[in-house]
Amino acid sequence: MPSDFLSNLYVFILAGFVGFELIKRVSPLLHTPLMSLTNALDAIVVVAAIIIAGRQESPLATVLGAIAVAASFSNMVGGFLITDRMLRMFKTGRPNKP
Amino acid sequence: MSSLATVQVLDLIYLVATVLFILAIKWLSSPVTARHGVLAGEIAAALAVGATLFNPELVAYKWIIITLLIGAGVGIPLGLVQMTAVPQRTALSHAFGALSAAMIGIAEYYVGVPHVTRFGMAEIGLEVIIGSLTFTGSVIAAGKLQEILPQRPIVYRGQNFVSLTVLSAAFLLAIALVVNPANTVLFPIMVVIALVFGVLLVTPIGGADMPTVISLLNSYAGFSAALLGFVLNSKVLVVAGALDGSSGFILSVIMCKAMNRSFTNVMFGAFGQVQAGAGAAKEERTVRSASPEEAAGILAAASTVVIVPGYGMAVAQAQHKVRELFDVLTKKGVDVKFGIHPVAGRMPGHMNVLLAEADIPYERLVEMDEVNSDLPQTDVALIIGANDVTNPAARTDASSPIYGMPILEVDKARTVMVIKRSMSPGFAGIDNPLYYLDKTLMLFGDAKVFVGSIIRELAGGGHS
Repeated sequence: MPSDFLSNLYVFILAGFVGFELIKRVSPLLHTPLMSLTNALDAIVVVAAIIIAGRQESPLATVLGAIAVAASFSNMVGGFLITDRMLRMFKTGRPNKP
Repeated sequence: MSSLATVQVLDLIYLVATVLFILAIKWLSSPVTARHGVLAGEIAAALAVGATLFNPELVAYKWIIITLLIGAGVGIPLGLVQMTAVPQRTALSHAFGALSAAMIGIAEYYVGVPHVTRFGMAEIGLEVIIGSLTFTGSVIAAGKLQEILPQRPIVYRGQNFVSLTVLSAAFLLAIALVVNPANTVLFPIMVVIALVFGVLLVTPIGGADMPTVISLLNSYAGFSAALLGFVLNSKVLVVAGALDGSSGFILSVIMCKAMNRSFTNVMFGAFGQVQAGAGAAKEERTVRSASPEEAAGILAAASTVVIVPGYGMAVAQAQHKVRELFDVLTKKGVDVKFGIHPVAGRMPGHMNVLLAEADIPYERLVEMDEVNSDLPQTDVALIIGANDVTNPAARTDASSPIYGMPILEVDKARTVMVIKRSMSPGFAGIDNPLYYLDKTLMLFGDAKVFVGSIIRELAGGGHS
């Protein structure tokens, strides 16, 4: 078993716990924005896609990487945009200023 | 800067991004701080993407720039869709996320072969299978939500057997590849079979189960990104994937609990097919219907009203009319709340977003448990386009397919009014005894039109 695997597993399990504790506390009111925000965060795979597309190791890898860059970057841009649009709509009925 | 030093700086920037990701989700816990969460996420993403462009491994930028522009060109319109289209947009974004993860996994395989280790092959195999099936599954889900594909479950005899055989085939090929990672013939076959399985997985699932399915696909998309982090030894991917995966997983559990069903039942149950005959055997019972004037009179005389919205409100695009009704009644001194069932609509939180879009203050959107303790003291429960989530058979009739499902107990309110197109049973084909109660008034018609008529009556004659 490679040592990288073990250190990644540590990170994965700890991040899973942190995620579980944090997400449990997200109000059901915000479950739709939660899904779109985590989706935008997940689009960080774009950094891996950029490397594959820019390393030019083989034409196939470049094409696959290029598709991955477009797909994940559209998630990143669209995900943040729609999450913010949704959150701006959640207004309280109480006036903010007395 | 030497290339090693650059890589170390990049790693530090990824660490900062990872911390910001965790803060983003932490701040999302309340509507007050939620927008800071988005900002934190945006800063993290910009840092990570910007830093990656300085990675010394990059030799050519042409395709990177072009595809980043294409991504932005596709992403911006997808970020500007109508709120009613959010469920299908979400399914599509799961598809894109999974596609991206699968493509990178496939590229890693072909770049690495014939030097892919067995351990590496196991990681890549699992990652590519999950990514591929999530891609096609999410495309099908998006098609159903957009109503390009039929929303009803598509089932045939022996379906579960066929689906499981296909999934097993994909895993057997993955195992064969672990034994001999250099077998480049098997790899594309495995990918194709995983893609086919995604289609088989989601096709039999009906529209009413979409909240669970979309959450589950969310979870798969997240875990495929985390697995990709293992393949590429990238901690930021592992963390982002773990957060996304656990979020989707928790939402799926919440959705399943809200329907009193198990994962296996949702995925392999094809809800609503078996009990088609259940309602037919019952004798004809009478229902009371009412006109908009009568409904307006009852609402104007009430002091507390709970509105229960469902998918029907979204379909009729009635949320803005519902807001007008809320305003008119509130002005008359009626206390109006909204009772939100966790699985109302087509994705978790769907109703909240639609009502927030219509400018209804979020304190008025009340969760199921809380509203259930208020309902016995409520004068009028007004149901707009919801059916199964209000069905008292879930409490009383052990033979009902939804027995045990937690419901909004609207039958405990003093008067119940249901806006519905006709008496035809809901999506799941389950009869709703609520409609035959003496205290229930059926308001037949399109939700938007009917609510509009009530508002006119209230504005015209209703002096309080």
